[in-house]
Amino acid sequence: MVELPQSVDEALALLQKGDYVADRSLATALYLALSLKRPLFVEGEAGVGKTEIAKVLSKTLKRRLVRLQCYEGLDVASAVYEWNYAGQMVEIRLAEAAGETDRQAIEHGIFSERFLIKRPLLQALEPEPSGPPVLLIDEIDRTDEPFEAYLLEVLSDFQITIPEIGTMKAKDPPIVIVTSNRTREVHDALKRRCFYYWVEYPDAERELAILAVKAPHAPAALSAEIVGFVQKLREVDLFKLPGVAETIDWAEALSQLNCMALNPDTINDTLGTLLKYQDDIAKIQGSEASRILGQVKAELTAAGD
Amino acid sequence: MTDNRQVGREMPGRLAENIMHFGRLLRAAGLPVGTGKALDAVQAVTTAGITRRDDFYWTLHAVFVNRRDQRDMFDQAFHVFWRNPAILERMMSLLLPTMRGEEALAEGPALSRRVAEALRPPDLVDATGESVEPDEIALDAAMTWSGDEVLRSKDFEDMSSGETREALSVIRRMHLPLMRTPTRRFQSDPTGRVADMRATLRAALRSGSDFIPLQWRRRRTRHPPLVVLCDISGSMDRYVRMLLHFLHAVTNDRDRVNTFLFGTRLTNVTRHLRHKDVDAALAKVGQAVEDWAGGTRIGHCLHAFNSEWSRRVLGQGAVVLLISDGLDREDGRELGGEMERLHKSCRKLIWLNPLLRYERFEPRSLGVRAILPHVDEFRPVHNLESLADLAQALGSEGPRRPEPMARWREAAA
Repeated sequence: MVELPQSVDEALALLQKGDYVADRSLATALYLALSLKRPLFVEGEAGVGKTEIAKVLSKTLKRRLVRLQCYEGLDVASAVYEWNYAGQMVEIRLAEAAGETDRQAIEHGIFSERFLIKRPLLQALEPEPSGPPVLLIDEIDRTDEPFEAYLLEVLSDFQITIPEIGTMKAKDPPIVIVTSNRTREVHDALKRRCFYYWVEYPDAERELAILAVKAPHAPAALSAEIVGFVQKLREVDLFKLPGVAETIDWAEALSQLNCMALNPDTINDTLGTLLKYQDDIAKIQGSEASRILGQVKAELTAAGD
Repeated sequence: MTDNRQVGREMPGRLAENIMHFGRLLRAAGLPVGTGKALDAVQAVTTAGITRRDDFYWTLHAVFVNRRDQRDMFDQAFHVFWRNPAILERMMSLLLPTMRGEEALAEGPALSRRVAEALRPPDLVDATGESVEPDEIALDAAMTWSGDEVLRSKDFEDMSSGETREALSVIRRMHLPLMRTPTRRFQSDPTGRVADMRATLRAALRSGSDFIPLQWRRRRTRHPPLVVLCDISGSMDRYVRMLLHFLHAVTNDRDRVNTFLFGTRLTNVTRHLRHKDVDAALAKVGQAVEDWAGGTRIGHCLHAFNSEWSRRVLGQGAVVLLISDGLDREDGRELGGEMERLHKSCRKLIWLNPLLRYERFEPRSLGVRAILPHVDEFRPVHNLESLADLAQALGSEGPRRPEPMARWREAAA
């Protein structure tokens, strides 16, 4: 079993080991969550690497990753547990055929763990040989308030109550990462039980480091131009600013096209990987893209001299 | 590191005391910080240690901050309270730091008003909080544009008049039966069409006979979220008081209502309107909004809404009420595009325009012509009757392309 980090520096090193280029601030929040055994609530724009945190943790700590993707109307049957109805019915028939008449015994038999289908939340509470799993509750803002309220019991006491059986409690609480895109404000009662972290867009230096790790095929000069361009783009008034995921996609796309340096034509052709709204593309395509590119090139030359 | 942990354990009193004071400062500045949070913070600081200033900052940040917009407040409070790096050093050598608040007050403008007020002794706050604004005589700007951006807080007392009191009490009791839409959840229902297996098996055991009585369930329904965008510019002035009472009644009637006011800038007043007492709620709104009865920049405000709020409040198929006379100071520039985006991000967009009370209203102004192509319904809102009609309109999904809308669009084209 891989040891949990014992200090902020170790938490930072752990993230780096998993190819995650992180701020020290994130490492601090993560270290607190890990050592005080509380969930980490990560919020930020789409594509800044929120989900990645959980994946990296699972990889570097060698724990199982249990992922619960949230959506509107997510209910107990698909998130926590469900009964195996077909199996239960067969069991009733068998009991009757065998002449079993004690109804309590039958009830006890069919509502037992044997017929319980475990869904992610319940799975996350089970002991594992490699240590408690990493539970990723992804995009919690997509579910509705009733489910959020249900999570309160799970996230504060790491226990789940099944009316027919009783309360199931985790011996060792799982490592919980909750992410939100803020399409809805999540209630304070839930956030209060977690450590909070807001993931910013990275600055140029860090984004360059991320590209070096995540898109190693892109030439260094191209990466510098890409980062410069994206950083400038984030200052423009767009509906959806490009995230780190888009930057990586773009770098990959450009290196696939054997592009050694940015030029206005390639930008116009590949802008779709970077911007996802037609209005935004129309705003940047053409003269605006050339203008930004000119600025970026000028700055890079100035920095190179 | 371990040294510091021991410091935390040996001298929890001093450290805890200062963190508690810091928590109180944050609470006074408006962050939801309770005793539980302060305890968490002490525990977190003890765990993370205080060898580095930035670690200390992010440790407290992880505990005290819950939302993105609290970060600035926290940042300022942190730098004011733990301002002198020497304080930290002294704390590490087990000395009690002194509050630096008084000094910081002198710095003035850069400091957020809320942090500054929170640092002030309470009697001072009272004195400034009740500072009396000089009365201004408002120009009746109905049916005109007012060119200047009038940034002032308007006193609600001045807006009151005796004859509207009865109407207001009717509004207060008003109830909006918003249509219900199916969700993905189920509830048991004997007339439902889907078998409820869990209930069926329980019933089978209960009856204990040879057959298994099927139990049924159906989709649960729920009303969609409601988002209200209300124009409070000069030309809307005479309706605003009535509308605010209406908005208060709607907001407190159910969950998932978000209310925004706009004139020259957009203000989210949802939290202020949640106050049960209508007068207290409106007083809070009065303090929060700065552009009463000024000009209108509908396009600009809708742009602000679309880029900052739409993804957060329109997520689950919201119904949008736009209350405005459509008289735009900027001649409807950028308004068309923003209306189109708004229309495409919601379930239904209803435009309420008080000018429709005039029988021969024609969509002549550029603002009105920019808005009309992008709304699902166009209704008057000037008296109690029209509000009651609105209740009916919200109660049903309505035809996909209502007949009168085609007529309006034709007139606007």
